[in-house]
Amino acid sequence: MQNVLQIVYLIPLLPLIGFLINGLGRKHLSKSMISVIGSGTILVSFVLSIWVFIQVKGGNVHTAHYFDFISVGDLKIPFAFKIDQLSTLFLLIITGVGFLIHVYSTSYMHEEKPEHFGRYFSYLNLFIFSMLLLVMGANFVVMFIGWEGVGLCSYLLIGYWFKKHEYNKAASKAFIMNRIGDLAFLIAIFWLIAKLGTVSFDEVFSAANLAKLKTLDITAITILLFVGATGKSAQIPLYTWLPDAMAGPTPVSALIHAATMVTAGIYMIARSNVLYSMAPITMDIVAYIGLATALLAATIALKQNDIKKVLAYSTVSQLGFMFLALGCGAYTAAVFHVMTHAFFKALLFLGSGSVIHAMGGEQDIRNMGGLSKKLKITFLTFLIGCIAIAGIPPFSGFFSKDAILLSAFIKNPVMYGIALFTALLTAFYMFRLLFITFSGKFRGTESQQQHLHESPAAMTIPLIILAVLSVIGGFVGIPEVFMHGGDRLTEFLSPVIAAHGEHSVSHSTEYMLMGLSTGLVIAMIIFAWFKFRNYQRSEATGFGKVLENKWYVDELYDTVIVNPIKKTGTFMSQVFDLKIIDGMVNGVGRLLQYGSRQLRLLQSGQAASYVLLMVISMVLVFVIQFFLRK
Amino acid sequence: MPINYYIFLSLALFSIGIVGVLTRRNAIIIFMCIELMLNAVNLMLVAFSKMHYNAALLAGDTATIAGTDGQLFVFFIMVVAAAEVSVGLAIIVMMYRNIHSVDVNFLNRLKH
Repeated sequence: MQNVLQIVYLIPLLPLIGFLINGLGRKHLSKSMISVIGSGTILVSFVLSIWVFIQVKGGNVHTAHYFDFISVGDLKIPFAFKIDQLSTLFLLIITGVGFLIHVYSTSYMHEEKPEHFGRYFSYLNLFIFSMLLLVMGANFVVMFIGWEGVGLCSYLLIGYWFKKHEYNKAASKAFIMNRIGDLAFLIAIFWLIAKLGTVSFDEVFSAANLAKLKTLDITAITILLFVGATGKSAQIPLYTWLPDAMAGPTPVSALIHAATMVTAGIYMIARSNVLYSMAPITMDIVAYIGLATALLAATIALKQNDIKKVLAYSTVSQLGFMFLALGCGAYTAAVFHVMTHAFFKALLFLGSGSVIHAMGGEQDIRNMGGLSKKLKITFLTFLIGCIAIAGIPPFSGFFSKDAILLSAFIKNPVMYGIALFTALLTAFYMFRLLFITFSGKFRGTESQQQHLHESPAAMTIPLIILAVLSVIGGFVGIPEVFMHGGDRLTEFLSPVIAAHGEHSVSHSTEYMLMGLSTGLVIAMIIFAWFKFRNYQRSEATGFGKVLENKWYVDELYDTVIVNPIKKTGTFMSQVFDLKIIDGMVNGVGRLLQYGSRQLRLLQSGQAASYVLLMVISMVLVFVIQFFLRK
Repeated sequence: MPINYYIFLSLALFSIGIVGVLTRRNAIIIFMCIELMLNAVNLMLVAFSKMHYNAALLAGDTATIAGTDGQLFVFFIMVVAAAEVSVGLAIIVMMYRNIHSVDVNFLNRLKH
């Protein structure tokens, strides 16, 4: 009998249908219809995902093969979905958080015109479709289709308000930076095809286990895949697109640039953990890049004044943490952090959306303050999000972050130190954001103060659900020291992610590390409270200015990469194209014109000269015939 | 008589015709030279036709028709030449009526 999981194709198909209906009918459907179709398809997908989760939990793991996508010579690339523990977990995150954000969007975007409203929801559905393809694909090619699809949707949604030129620029920036990574991903796929003739996960991993791949190949492939991940998951050196991506509507930032798409890189590496475990050099690179990104982004976040920019840099920083975990071999910890991060970062973004909504589009926290009185639910949920991200027990962020810190400690205590410092910075900038926004006096204009209101239920209910998840989400991965068998996530994922590296630390050390991080984080929060509860506007000076300007990385990229390329482009279009290419084309024409002008003189109109030419030609033909013939 | 004589005569006539066409400017003389060339060709055709016929007879083939097609062509050429003469002379007459001359160098408007 066919496996019941064969019908998982419905999960991505429904959002695709939603995309088609909303995309094609956006001018004819009413807003409420669009909302129902947009959110409804995702809800059904979510319910199906829960069903799939129950199946997988019961041990039913399945690779659903549908048809051969590419079949050339010996190479067969099937269009197949792999339903196992890892992909199921991501299915739940994507459809679950995705559904909440769809619901939130129906209210957040209600001022848009119906056709733009439809366009927005069709993009969102297309995004969910692509993201589902990405995590469900049973080989690197199907994953790559989804990978490109989410990049496209990210581009479309960042540039959703396409009338603003900077937003289009931000969209292009995101797309181009992603493409750089995608190229590396593509090369990795070609490399696999060249060496193994297959791209299917199962076959590649079993071939790697049988030592069919040389260490050099594995290292190169994993590094290329990681470069792909740095593009999609915003790591050094390709991270600068993510903060700019905040040009998109806030729910988009929550869905794509915090909860789901940017975690695609982590998913990909966790999926390929077999390969990565065989390439220690790559692991080190991943760990160092992750750590460096976490620290760099956290320092930038300290001085940002745009509510969404702070969250964006915080996202980059948290992604850095996840890569650190991957690099330390703690794949489960990384996936765990993806999950908890999806909850609390989506919550924080949606909370910031609620604030922006109340402030009538204002995003600068210097113009806010004292909002806790007016926006009670937003404030409380935002507070929960901040506590969760700061990592105070028993909120979800504590468990996942602690797992990452522990893995870093096992690998290298210096790394642990830097990671801990970054975690403290996280607590500091998040609570700086919270206090500046919600406590103290209101610093905006009169009309904004009049306008302040709590958001409608369609926005607050997702906030509350996400807040609850942010509180309890960590309980799936309680460390062994607290409760034997508490780490159910590791247990659940163990068929996909083989546990290895059994140098665990003693219980007392683990308690000490937890106590240290928790104590320092609380100290940081108290420090932030005293520093920012009555925030006064002040100009950043000295080092603060460097941080406010994001270490001038964008300027550096502009000088070193963008401007030379632009200059080359200008040179090519203004000089090379006009002078050399056009010169060649025009030269051919001019030569022909000159030649014909000379040949025209033969046509004198004198009948005798024509006859003479005729005779000469005939004689020539005879000469050729008789004397030159072989 | 050997075929060589016919060939030389015919070549001589043809060359005279060509030189005449190239050098003379009087349309009527050019016409005559063209006729000369055509008839040089006719002579050649007839001569070769006769040669092939004789060769076939000598080979013992009494019922041969070898070479008759060459003679046939001569008639075609004569007919074409006659037609050409009539058209050509008509053109010359019209030319004379218009420009009172039969000098072909006046006809350099061919390039327009």
